[in-house]
Amino acid sequence: MGSISVLLVGKVLPYLEQELDKRYNLFRGIDPSQRAAVLRDHASSIRAVVASSSGGPDAALIEALPKLEIVSSFSVGVDRIDLQKCKEKGVRVTNTPDVLTDEVADLTIGLILAVLRRICECDRYVRSGNWKKGDYKLTTKFSGKTLGILGLGRIGAAVAKRAEGFDCSICYYSRNEKPDSKYKYYPSVVELASNCDVLVVACPLTPETHHIINREVINALGPKGVLINIGRGKHVDEPELVSALLEGRLGGAGLDVFEKEPHVPEELFGLENVVLLPHVGSATVETRTAMADLVLDNLEAHFLGKPLLTPLV
Amino acid sequence: MDSELPALLVLGPPMVFNLFQSHYSHKYRFLNAFSSHLPLPQFLQTQQTHPSSVRAILCSPRQPVTADVIRSLPSLGIVATTTVGADHIDTAECRRRGIQVVTLGSQFAPDVADMAVALLIDVMFKISAGDRFAKKSIHFKPWSFPSGSKLGGKRVGIIGLGRIGGQVAKRLEAFDCIIMYHSRNKNPSVSYTFYSNVVDLASNSDVLVLCCPLTEQTKYIVNKEVMLALGKDGIIVNVGRGALIDEKELVQCLMKGEIRGAGLDVFENEPNVPKELFSLDNVVLSPHAGAITLDCFMDACEHVAKSFDAFFSS
Repeated sequence: MGSISVLLVGKVLPYLEQELDKRYNLFRGIDPSQRAAVLRDHASSIRAVVASSSGGPDAALIEALPKLEIVSSFSVGVDRIDLQKCKEKGVRVTNTPDVLTDEVADLTIGLILAVLRRICECDRYVRSGNWKKGDYKLTTKFSGKTLGILGLGRIGAAVAKRAEGFDCSICYYSRNEKPDSKYKYYPSVVELASNCDVLVVACPLTPETHHIINREVINALGPKGVLINIGRGKHVDEPELVSALLEGRLGGAGLDVFEKEPHVPEELFGLENVVLLPHVGSATVETRTAMADLVLDNLEAHFLGKPLLTPLV
Repeated sequence: MDSELPALLVLGPPMVFNLFQSHYSHKYRFLNAFSSHLPLPQFLQTQQTHPSSVRAILCSPRQPVTADVIRSLPSLGIVATTTVGADHIDTAECRRRGIQVVTLGSQFAPDVADMAVALLIDVMFKISAGDRFAKKSIHFKPWSFPSGSKLGGKRVGIIGLGRIGGQVAKRLEAFDCIIMYHSRNKNPSVSYTFYSNVVDLASNSDVLVLCCPLTEQTKYIVNKEVMLALGKDGIIVNVGRGALIDEKELVQCLMKGEIRGAGLDVFENEPNVPKELFSLDNVVLSPHAGAITLDCFMDACEHVAKSFDAFFSS
């Protein structure tokens, strides 16, 4: 298999990069000029592309690789990959579902608690010595609150299950109502936002869900509402979010992803009702290793003519 | 002056007092003894109040309701505190006099349990450290932040499976944690594995959560031996009392990596916190804020107000 050419177009775990290097003829094309050079010399030999949340093959790249057979993504989200083009060209696509569900759900609850109970601010308060001057202020209880989940897929359902342990009420919005679900369905995101205390974005990023969290939704969530984004930065109209937080029209936010990642909106740095994380969801060693193994196993299965483990296309 | 309103003598004051006063100023004539350095009888004189017209006290651990205080108020019939413990009230004297003592029940247990889970997830996923990291610069380098560890499958040893411990267990079960516990007595109504020995519990746990009261028996219940038994991947969360843990040993273990991390809401000598902890990223520190939520304070105020209502109307 060492002669099979594979192109890497997104940042991945070093372990994965090393294994790809060992098993295949690996070309690195994350950087645009790197990629251009690789395409110039090797476009016609590349049979597989490895993508991630930071980069994936668009229509142009897929067209430029005539021998492309499979795209294996080191992520569950495949918004960076032109799936339609892959379908047209008969290119297989795999992702890494399930292995990161629990971890992302754990982190989501952690983010909610961090915002409502001001955990990061409390930690700053103690480290700065301010506790000697007086107690920290009253914060907001999480138990018993109403959680609104945007996208009741694997991750959304896992978040709901954990929130039930805190006696939260759960409601959701999905493209279609789920008849087997015990949770309350709202047919629009604005209605969901109006009726919950904490709104969690847990749906895939598609053209339809781009900026699904807009000014109207943010205003509906309101001055006591909290937005948690563990989906993709582009789910949220970020400038609108920033102005709502600065003006107090939104009660708080916990963000693991950003519209122009890895750029983080500086205006939010001083806000005590905002918790920012450097895209750590799915970042645990166990999960990233499991994701890497899934990428490798899918590629191996493909080239051995066996069924793919986690195909999307 | 509303002389028809019943007088309420306030000692302490309780942390909830500002909230209580703002909600119930129409129901009581507050005698804020906490703001005066005068002995009680003289203070009451400045309030044009005879000691015999004081039937109710609202207090907190900050200012004890001693036998002297009780004896100086011949009509005292109810003493309410916004804490679970009543160590700061001479309950023997109250019993002698037939004075009702009102304490909080389990109103705040969910809030404290929430804090325990919040601290645990923060340590596991480095949330506070991540927030510090993300807010340092307008660009973060992807994959440059150390990764954490998920909760599923972790063995959580709860020390004290009472009101708070039970709520912690319920929450962590939803994360697929395996729950075990140590308590004074085994609880026959739970299916969690019971350990009569804390070192054994620690040896078989990935996480220890302290939820028990501080007594002579539980002082330093988590000592060096327990921490070493917990091991280098172990995490400690304390929402009980600071002196449940040998703090000096804890600091050493954290600095040397003998345990992986800790989430601490309480300390031996609050509000003093060992400075060595301030430079560590594997600890999350909280200023005894487990029950300091608006909901919790409102519940406490309502509970006390209901007790006073029942007393004054009988």
